[in-house]
Amino acid sequence: MHRLDQILYYLRENPMLGAGGVLILFIVLFGTLGPLFVDTELARPLSTTSRLAPSWDHPFGTDDAGRDLLSVMVVGVPLTMRVGLLAGTVGLGVGIFLGFTSGYLGGTFDTIVRGVVDTLLTVPGLVVLISIASTIREEISVNIMAMVVASLAWMWPTRVIRAQVLTMRERAYVQMAKLNGMSTMEIIWKELFPNLLPYLAALFANAVNYAILASIGLEALGLGPQNDPTVGMTIYWAITFSALIRGMWWWWAIPILFIGLVFVGLLMIAAGLDELANPKQRKAV
Amino acid sequence: MPVNEWLAMRWNYIIRRVALFLVVVWAAASLNFFVPRLGTGRDPIREKLGQLAASGGLRQDGIEAMVKAYQAKFGLDKPLYEQYLNFLGDTLTLDLGYSLANYPARVSDLIGNAMPWTIGLMFISVLMGFVFGTLLGALSAWPGSPRWLRNMAVPLMTMSAIPPYLLGLIVLYILGLKLKLFPLSGGYSPGMLAIASFEYYVDVVHHSILPALAIVLQAVGFWALGMRGMMVSTSGEDYISLAEANGLRNRTIFLRFGLRNAMLPQFTALGLSLANVVAGQVIVEVIFAYPGIGTVLFQAIQASDYTVINGVVLILILAIGFVTMMMDFLYPLLDPRISHHRSDG
Repeated sequence: MHRLDQILYYLRENPMLGAGGVLILFIVLFGTLGPLFVDTELARPLSTTSRLAPSWDHPFGTDDAGRDLLSVMVVGVPLTMRVGLLAGTVGLGVGIFLGFTSGYLGGTFDTIVRGVVDTLLTVPGLVVLISIASTIREEISVNIMAMVVASLAWMWPTRVIRAQVLTMRERAYVQMAKLNGMSTMEIIWKELFPNLLPYLAALFANAVNYAILASIGLEALGLGPQNDPTVGMTIYWAITFSALIRGMWWWWAIPILFIGLVFVGLLMIAAGLDELANPKQRKAV
Repeated sequence: MPVNEWLAMRWNYIIRRVALFLVVVWAAASLNFFVPRLGTGRDPIREKLGQLAASGGLRQDGIEAMVKAYQAKFGLDKPLYEQYLNFLGDTLTLDLGYSLANYPARVSDLIGNAMPWTIGLMFISVLMGFVFGTLLGALSAWPGSPRWLRNMAVPLMTMSAIPPYLLGLIVLYILGLKLKLFPLSGGYSPGMLAIASFEYYVDVVHHSILPALAIVLQAVGFWALGMRGMMVSTSGEDYISLAEANGLRNRTIFLRFGLRNAMLPQFTALGLSLANVVAGQVIVEVIFAYPGIGTVLFQAIQASDYTVINGVVLILILAIGFVTMMMDFLYPLLDPRISHHRSDG
């Protein structure tokens, strides 16, 4: 229990991390425990009475197509999280590989990686994703969506990791490891990698955040999985069928609430981890 | 450093930066050329003619000949590399072809008509978001500020975390639908003559307030968070203590020593954030049915109008690349410490 005490004590020092963790924990529990209490069959179209305002039977109301929005959220929130986690993992994975190798090895490889990253960062990612997604529109599933988003989620991690590795490369303990005859791969994995763990965790939270943001953006334009009730597609249907003007506030407000919780939670975790990684910048007022 | 040498370095930098921009142009054009061809091997001309035939406008038996004729007209019967070179040439002259969904309309005209709306909305909202956000962030980190201002971190973070189009739905519901203060959609009232009259401009501004507010709310959060971080470290600097010891007024210290020094990284971030701002605004326009480029794009997506989609994608990438380049040229004027004479920046 001693270790748990330490963690709790640290979270009191770093309330951002704690609060963000609680929010994301809530989202995860909602998605995992939800199906035990809610009939997920009601997330299908025509499964219940349509256009009902929130009531005891349908706490989040129902939409035009006869879906119960509580069930839609129980099914959709984990789908949206899956897009974010998959794309974030791929993005960070590529970023770790390119960032460590180009930062540590330098040379031509580094010049090419840096050039490509800097060029791609000035390109509006969502616009490129729109171009890709609109050509494969009919085939988009949750997993394909994640891969499309991941194709542009790796540049920022690469850039940040590379910059960190550059500052670490010349430190004494790395030089010492080199003199001791450690191979490049060993130095990267045993010396550099562990020191960057909090950074990488913060980058992961940011990459997931970026991926969810991009996927919701694509979905709001109708370029998402047509048959899966992700949070973004729910917003798209609400916009397409003018839920706002027709006064069906629950149809769009509830997905916004959930997506807001996810974004704020991830941002808080990232800010908290930044503080953990970078104690010098600590205590912002 | 001698002036000649300095000028040579400056030119060296400008040439390299323009070359980078040209690489972006080439990459964007290539993306537009290859991505649709990587797809499922569909043929937009055949599809379009098929649709027309299905809706009763054409006889089936003539389609093969028409496909051939159109392919010849658009050069699609030539080898791929020749098509690619033609395409690059067209791109350089900004010849984006015709809309597939509204045939006689040229893509460049559709984009040209929408562009002023987008630029106007974006210019106002980016400017307001940047100014208010930077000020608010600086004040929220300044030790002399009132307590409520210094407790803004969480509200600011919440604002910055929610995409502007979702904030747009919320402001549209409260200020537009419930309080009826602003129109719900469009760029000007239907029936309003689009001529340069005072009423017309008032109407346009009235319509632009809600979409602008959606973008500004999120931007304020974003810029304030960045500024807050910078201001925290600036307010601990020795020159601030020195200014205090010299007995300068609090406001003078805040503006001249705090704000001014902490602000420089904000300008760098402005260039980098532009791509995200545009992406957010594209969807805001869709929510408000604002007559800008985002709505053009949305309608093109709905109609599978690939030439328009590709045209908008290309123009957005070019415009952002160009503005980013211009901003890179302007930084040294804002911050004399940046001089671009080292390649590793």
